[in-house]
Amino acid sequence: MKTLLHIRREWLLLAISACIALAVGLRAPVFLTWRNALDIANDSAILAILVMGQMLVLLTRGIDLSVASNLALTGMACALLGKAFPGVSIVVLIALALAVGALLGGLNGWLITGFDLPPIVVTLGTLSAYRGAIFVASKGAWISDQDIHLAIKGLPRAVWLGLPALVWFALLVLALAAIFLTLRKTGREIYALGGNPHAATYVGIPVQKRLRLVYTLSGALAGLAGLLWVGRYSIAYTELAAGYELTVVAACVIGGVSIGGGVGTVLGAALGVLFIGVVNGALPVIQVSPFWQQAISGAVILVSVALNARSERRSGRQILERQGAAA
Amino acid sequence: MSDVLLTLSGVHKSYGATRALRGVDLQLQAGEVLALVGENGAGKSTLVKMLTGVVPMDEGAITLRGQPQRFRNAQDAQAAGILAVHQETVMFEELSVAENIFVGRHLLRGPFVDWAAMNAQAQTVLDEIGARFAATTLVKDLSLAERHLVEIARALSQKALVVILDEPTAALSQAEIRDFYGIVRKLRQQGVGVIFITHKFDEIFAVADRYLVLRDGAAVGTGAIADASEQELVRLMAGRAIDQIYPHIDARPGEEVLRVENLSHPSEFQGLHFSLRRGEILGFYGLVGSGRSEAMLAIMGLNPQATGTFTVLGQRLDARRPGDAIAAGIAYVPEERQRQGGILGFSVQDNISLAGLARFANGPWLSALNESALCQRMTERLRIKTASPHTLLSGLSGGNQQKVVIAKWLGLDPKIVILDEPTKGIDVGAKQAVYQLIAEMVQEGLAVILVSSELPEVMHLAQRVIVMRRGLQVAEFAGAQIQAEAIVAAASGLDGTHTPAPALQQEVAA
Amino acid sequence: MKAWNTWERVLLGLLVLLMVVFGISQPGFLSADTLADSTFNFSEKGLLALAIALLIVCGEIDLSIAAILALCSLAMGYSMRAGAGPGLIVLAALVTGCVAGAVNGVLVTRYKLPSIVVTIGTLSLYRGLALVALGDQSISGYPELFSTLGNAYLGEVIGQRWLVLPIEFVLLMVCAVAVGLFLHRTVVGRRIYAIGANPVAARFSGIEADRYRFLLFVFAGLMAALAAILLTGRIGSTRPNIAMGWELDAITMVILGGVAIEGGRGSIVGTMLAVLLLGLFTFGMGMANVTGIVMSMVIGLLLIVSMVLPRLLQRRPARA
Repeated sequence: MKTLLHIRREWLLLAISACIALAVGLRAPVFLTWRNALDIANDSAILAILVMGQMLVLLTRGIDLSVASNLALTGMACALLGKAFPGVSIVVLIALALAVGALLGGLNGWLITGFDLPPIVVTLGTLSAYRGAIFVASKGAWISDQDIHLAIKGLPRAVWLGLPALVWFALLVLALAAIFLTLRKTGREIYALGGNPHAATYVGIPVQKRLRLVYTLSGALAGLAGLLWVGRYSIAYTELAAGYELTVVAACVIGGVSIGGGVGTVLGAALGVLFIGVVNGALPVIQVSPFWQQAISGAVILVSVALNARSERRSGRQILERQGAAA
Repeated sequence: MSDVLLTLSGVHKSYGATRALRGVDLQLQAGEVLALVGENGAGKSTLVKMLTGVVPMDEGAITLRGQPQRFRNAQDAQAAGILAVHQETVMFEELSVAENIFVGRHLLRGPFVDWAAMNAQAQTVLDEIGARFAATTLVKDLSLAERHLVEIARALSQKALVVILDEPTAALSQAEIRDFYGIVRKLRQQGVGVIFITHKFDEIFAVADRYLVLRDGAAVGTGAIADASEQELVRLMAGRAIDQIYPHIDARPGEEVLRVENLSHPSEFQGLHFSLRRGEILGFYGLVGSGRSEAMLAIMGLNPQATGTFTVLGQRLDARRPGDAIAAGIAYVPEERQRQGGILGFSVQDNISLAGLARFANGPWLSALNESALCQRMTERLRIKTASPHTLLSGLSGGNQQKVVIAKWLGLDPKIVILDEPTKGIDVGAKQAVYQLIAEMVQEGLAVILVSSELPEVMHLAQRVIVMRRGLQVAEFAGAQIQAEAIVAAASGLDGTHTPAPALQQEVAA
Repeated sequence: MKAWNTWERVLLGLLVLLMVVFGISQPGFLSADTLADSTFNFSEKGLLALAIALLIVCGEIDLSIAAILALCSLAMGYSMRAGAGPGLIVLAALVTGCVAGAVNGVLVTRYKLPSIVVTIGTLSLYRGLALVALGDQSISGYPELFSTLGNAYLGEVIGQRWLVLPIEFVLLMVCAVAVGLFLHRTVVGRRIYAIGANPVAARFSGIEADRYRFLLFVFAGLMAALAAILLTGRIGSTRPNIAMGWELDAITMVILGGVAIEGGRGSIVGTMLAVLLLGLFTFGMGMANVTGIVMSMVIGLLLIVSMVLPRLLQRRPARA
């Protein structure tokens, strides 16, 4: 049945990732250590958080190209606050990150629903606008290691129960996303919305409200990711994470989230992140120049989209009675 | 059983200058099936839209169980207990049947969606109506008939007071229709009031308790089915004398212009075999979803998986692409004029020249002169009502939009014109105009294939009628053989080889 | 489809306004030399915008066009290093552009994939390949001819010193006129509008949508190649981050120019006015020493405003 093909794709991703890992591990056994796995997890954590937000937007037939700029702007805001008020607690910083991110995302949502504008163009505009705002806010200056608030730096590095906090954050976001999308009515409505927007209005789903929600959530998660990014790399500057939005979309597409909306699972998207994480982690180990990352990313997107399209295709309606069916 | 469930009084609705409903009164009892009958454009769908809250009425009152109702939107109507099952199903393909049944009102256990309860309840309802698929199946894996069942399950599960069934058996097989009557019986037993819209007389007499006939927006007759006859209903429906709607066809069929042999497709149709003569109207009748449009698309080169042999005016046509068919002199006026036929964002003039741009150009360059001359010519010939040639197609009425689409094709001077449901969704006045056009086409020596699900249309216009059912060509009638009962029987598979209609009547009455 | 409408009038008005504002605030802005100089900034982008405009009108999009430019520049560098003469270098760029564009075209038409995802993929792929090939190195030492193409004025070359139009700008204008005539006055141009407005109806009317889509993607590659030749000539070297982010600028110019993102509407006149508007604006801000990033921000805001404004204007009569 068709559901089998669906599940198979997630297994396929997992299998391919495992194969790559094993293949690389044969060449360089250090790849298969717990330490390395942790490194990959750390590197992928922020991507995972962003991917969950993007996934929500993609499910509604939209796209959010402003996530990287949002991330950088919110990160810079937190860094500036941390620099100005050394006494501020991490809780406040997290709250700020979520709030600023949500605000920036909410602005996208407002423009898209309030004026009936296409998401791709709106988020293209806010991509530039938010990026420029970083420059204005920081006056072009970098905030480097010594000025980054200790709590921000410490956050991703804190180790709880053997795993870095960064990984815990990612796992938390993944779990919340999974619960939201499978067990919350609002989450289910998002699938319906993306699958058939007209029918969704007909059955009483408040489409505009849900759209504003997904963009706000995408923004909030981008904000959180910004705080973590600044903390992890101990730096905040204007061009932070420039172009990263494409990696985020790539991970979603690889993970089976459809650009056309209505299709996608948290598991799939997470495996998409895992895949990219494994590939990116493997490259330096097998001594392939990291410059290959982008090219490989691109090639993989093309292949996944082609495969997605193949499984979604339907060839004509079944009008003739199937052989053997009772008349 | 006889408490009045739903009343409509003095309902009026106008769309601009067109009066869609004129003071309609309706009464529905609980546990009763009311057949709502009338030709296309009589006002049935407007009435349904009003009952389901999709469109507000200009004047009038709706009461449900004695309580006056005011529906601001579809949800109000649904909340009040009025549900409709339409032909185009309102489905979410990627979601399961259970979720489609409960969409918008998911069952909750605490803060979370209660999948177990939803699946179980959905399955119960599905079993009640005899559906043979699981509640966890994804809708995209279901056939059209199965999707209808999901809609009905949704209505049942919402404890609807009134269920409106809009042409529900249009695409069902014999077995499915039998099952369907059982469902209607069940709804009656539960005290639900059913409004049943259909064109098929055998269904009206098999299933309904009472009838209401609409004509030109007014309610012209109502009563018990037991006291009515088919002739009576037809008379009420048609009202004006038949020859006032349908023009006289001066058909003098000449030589063969098209021969189709072995037209087949892996899943849509098989072994189609027919010929068409100059100056003739060949009707293609069948239920919705019988494969007629798909077959016509194949002739036009728009159905890449189809195979078959076409001979046009003696020449073999290899219709791999629409351009080939057009060059051979075939024109296809599609079923969905807004999606397939014309471009709403283009002007009338630009729409009319669309299929023949190269023909009316100066080499590679567009010629405004030629295009405007063409537009002028076609607007006059088809009497298209538009403020200017540069009005956008979206600004025209449905009937005039259809004329523009037809004009696009006639402007190419085709030899063969295929019309797919040409009067779908247009008012009676415009229909008359289209019929007149068809008569003129034939008089000028064109050959016409008329694909239609409207029996009167086919019967009055066509010289020969081919019937399709489930992708197969099942019958051909010519001249005096064109009889309503025979055609309908062939289209729904009731032609003697299966259980005939009277037995079904007995089943339901029991 | 009409090339000159309300939106184009608004753009022209804005352009005049801009000239006045900068003319007053920046001395020397309105001199022929300065204005001519300003065109270097946007001539190559304008070529990209022309191709993107056609694609968007047709209902598609190409996010990889700047990456194709980078690949073409790379091809130029490699062929130069291999000892090829200017003619072959140009050919290398053109062929690379057409092939890269054809890849997009095939994926969209043969495999029926959505162009936004395909071109996000090829964007990464092509830019990545440029990165792999060059790392953080660059290639320079191109023949004199290319520097002339990119930097010289038409007057110098044909011996009329008063003609201060840069060759790049002249090429842009020639292409603009050609593309404009193509879209607004030819049969194929009308068909492209139809495909963007309603691809199903277009197909039913006998229009070979896939063939035109494919050709437009190849054309985009070609424009990218032409832009690569000019840009590489102008800056004199090939780096992997050449024209980084230019796809966004090009799309902004096209949308600002009044081309609807859904397809089926828009004009080349509007697109070119937007190219001029954004180009001069950027140049003027540069004269006022505003940094690039802030300019991007303003452009981003402009993009949003240019979409919100028509919606607001549409609503007013309804409320009255």
